[in-house]
Amino acid sequence: MSEPTYNFAYLDEQTKRMIRRAILKALAIPGYQVPFASREMPMPYGWGTGGVQVSAAVLTPEDTLKVIDQGADDTTNAVSIRAFFERTAGVETTTQTKASSVIQTRHRIPEEPLSEGQILVYQVPIPEPLRFLEPRESETRKMHALEDYGLMHVKLYEDISRHGHIATAYAYPVEVEGRYVTDPSPIPKFDNPKLGHMPAIQLFGAGREQRIYALPPYTQVISLDFDDHPFEASKADHACGLCGADESYLDEVIVDDQGGRLFVCSDTDYCQARQAAGFKGKEAV
Amino acid sequence: MTPLLSVQGLSKHYGAQMGCADVSFDLYPGEVMGIVGESGSGKSTLLNCMAGHLKPDAGQVLFETRTEGLRDTLQMSEPERRMLGRTDWAFVHQQPRDGLRMGVSAGGNVGERLMAVGARHYGDIRGQALDWLERVEIDVARIDHRPSTFSGGMQQRLQIARNLVSGPRLVFMDEPTGGLDVSVQARLLDLLRGLVRDMGLSAVIVTHDLAVVRLLADRLMVMKSGRVVEAGLTDQVLDDPQHAYSQLLVSSVLQV
Repeated sequence: MSEPTYNFAYLDEQTKRMIRRAILKALAIPGYQVPFASREMPMPYGWGTGGVQVSAAVLTPEDTLKVIDQGADDTTNAVSIRAFFERTAGVETTTQTKASSVIQTRHRIPEEPLSEGQILVYQVPIPEPLRFLEPRESETRKMHALEDYGLMHVKLYEDISRHGHIATAYAYPVEVEGRYVTDPSPIPKFDNPKLGHMPAIQLFGAGREQRIYALPPYTQVISLDFDDHPFEASKADHACGLCGADESYLDEVIVDDQGGRLFVCSDTDYCQARQAAGFKGKEAV
Repeated sequence: MTPLLSVQGLSKHYGAQMGCADVSFDLYPGEVMGIVGESGSGKSTLLNCMAGHLKPDAGQVLFETRTEGLRDTLQMSEPERRMLGRTDWAFVHQQPRDGLRMGVSAGGNVGERLMAVGARHYGDIRGQALDWLERVEIDVARIDHRPSTFSGGMQQRLQIARNLVSGPRLVFMDEPTGGLDVSVQARLLDLLRGLVRDMGLSAVIVTHDLAVVRLLADRLMVMKSGRVVEAGLTDQVLDDPQHAYSQLLVSSVLQV
């Protein structure tokens, strides 16, 4: 029995056309959530069905694909999505940020600055930044339409009154081009400053919630804050144990039963490239 | 003197059922208007139509705006009406949980209106919230507590603080003392009377409690079956009711 044959990048051309239309609309109205007819994909919701559909719609046979899961190229989600596109699209894949033209990411922006011509595709679980403040979709749409965003600051106020500082550490709400308040997907707030004025195109796909939104290149993106409690991009106060980098976002890894811990770059490609270039951290072997 | 609010020929039907019909009155700055009547007489419908929560079938609600003079609020665009709803207008619900965010701390509740109109300084917002909690006699130590941990009377006072923090000129109140016991009611009325006088507020108060209007209202409208059957100065209507229904209403009050 022969292998079933798929259209290039799994989705049929009509579906890709529909998704591309949504993407174009999203690029025309930065930060606005465009509804689209999300398809069933051969993976469960929550595994990046939105991101995969957006990637499938923008991939061309000449593209080189990189897939990141929480910064890493070698975790389950990244490996299986990479394998999915290797099989259904036959495109080249890579783990190097520089060598890739399309990057699908789950919850991180690569440390290596992106350039024009690259596309960064985010997997988004909940695209609506107001969701946990206002459960009604009809009302949140009205709030977006009327720029009625006072409630977003009530959330930050609650953070400060309870914790003494803005404790939201990921999915930190941003204002796009002075208009739409947008959820940047659950990236750490450390990555928020990279969203603005990025030369690459940023596309956000939410499969279960059936929404696509986008940040065109060089878009103004501002993280919401208070005058007396300004936004602060935070990370663990350490250097990477393997490559010694002190400006990258770090994961904390428990290494033994005695509570020993190791801080390492969450971006594996960045860390490996530095190690190959001869940088060494304290815990490097 | 121009009226702050002028209601003309306001009517609202629910299908064949009449909500209120052909209601007209003027409200002047600093004046408190009471609307009384039995359950189902259309007083809440009237209030919701005036406040923009319901769309009336006919009539005008003219409001003296700060910049453009008298304007029909029913013809305003939605953003304009919302802006009015969180700056110059306030609405106190009968049930505090309808007017409060129960999952947000007392301070956040009071600060919401300020943040909605662009306040972005945490210290200032908190300062104003503290000031207002004090003015409505809520222990300032409870600023970070959720309203769900408050008693009914405290919740109602918090709702009032949340509404008055933006310095509105017109307050709509729907049975503000309903569901509270009499001693708490008395304190709340005392507080409301003080605030209305100090801030020079205009207010429209809907209630079925004649004692409330006796204490708070300058003028009174009596409604029955969707229509205004009698209107006049509060003391005049209560002491010398002319319409048969007003007489029934006044005589129904229990004397202790």
